[in-house]
Amino acid sequence: MSEAVAMQNESYETPLTPESWGKLGMWVFLVGDAMSFGTLLAAYGAMRYSSGDWPIPADILGVTLSGFMTFLLICSSVTMVKGLEAAQKNDLDDFLRYIGLTIFGGAVFLGLQVYEWSHFIHGGLGFVGNPWGSPLFGTTFYVITGFHGMHVTGGVIYLACIWFKGRNGAYCGENASHVEIAGLYWHFVDLVWIMVFTFIYLL
Amino acid sequence: MAKHHRATNYWAVWVWLAVLTILEVGVTLIPELTTLYKAILLVALAVGKAWLVALYFMHLRFETRTLGAIVLTPFVICVFLVFMLMPDVGFEPRESPIRAEHVESDH
Repeated sequence: MSEAVAMQNESYETPLTPESWGKLGMWVFLVGDAMSFGTLLAAYGAMRYSSGDWPIPADILGVTLSGFMTFLLICSSVTMVKGLEAAQKNDLDDFLRYIGLTIFGGAVFLGLQVYEWSHFIHGGLGFVGNPWGSPLFGTTFYVITGFHGMHVTGGVIYLACIWFKGRNGAYCGENASHVEIAGLYWHFVDLVWIMVFTFIYLL
Repeated sequence: MAKHHRATNYWAVWVWLAVLTILEVGVTLIPELTTLYKAILLVALAVGKAWLVALYFMHLRFETRTLGAIVLTPFVICVFLVFMLMPDVGFEPRESPIRAEHVESDH
């Protein structure tokens, strides 16, 4: 092989993620996305601690439902990683079963969020109004959980595409890196919810 | 690279995440705990959970160190951001400059 060809081949892989460029692309996207969530949460903290009448979140939001939602996302994360493992082992049945369960977990999470939001809206917590104190409590709650909910929605659609395109085994074995990249996104959404649950619901 | 380390027991990680979640909810139920200690415990537990997800579910443990450094960057910047915001926020809620000014303009 001539040197020129060798160099050309090298340009197709990155030393950071030798499996695929797509994986590096997803990581770079997630790093940027982490900044968005980090900024939202930092802004939440700044507004909360400069406010004199911020309510105690757990009194209004409760931790039972959100705790269950956290558990649900943890479960869907483990099924995601088991689905990837199945794809790498060329086990199509397990791959479809686990990815299906992941999609199901995400969809149930979204349903619970719709239930939770409508419950709060009927209880009087508005986007710019809050009967228990600072109106920014409602604003920050809806912006942050809404931004996360949009990520879950995107993730469910993304995984549904992976499921449908992969139902004939297109992503098994050698091509499992497509599943891994989707998984990175899904685990990140889980990771962000861990932070949102702690900072918005528990603290 | 990750293919050499497929031995991770994902169910064990899942059990750890569930246990840490239960501990988090448990911490909020202790009435004797002051806000500061509660915050320290909750943030530590949340960071522990995020760490588990990133290291084992996202396989960061088996990636190159450079990728790890890239991933850690936004978290370092966010901690920095919190410290940058602190002078504006003020440590005592009722003594924030915005509030004081507001009261004066009412008179």
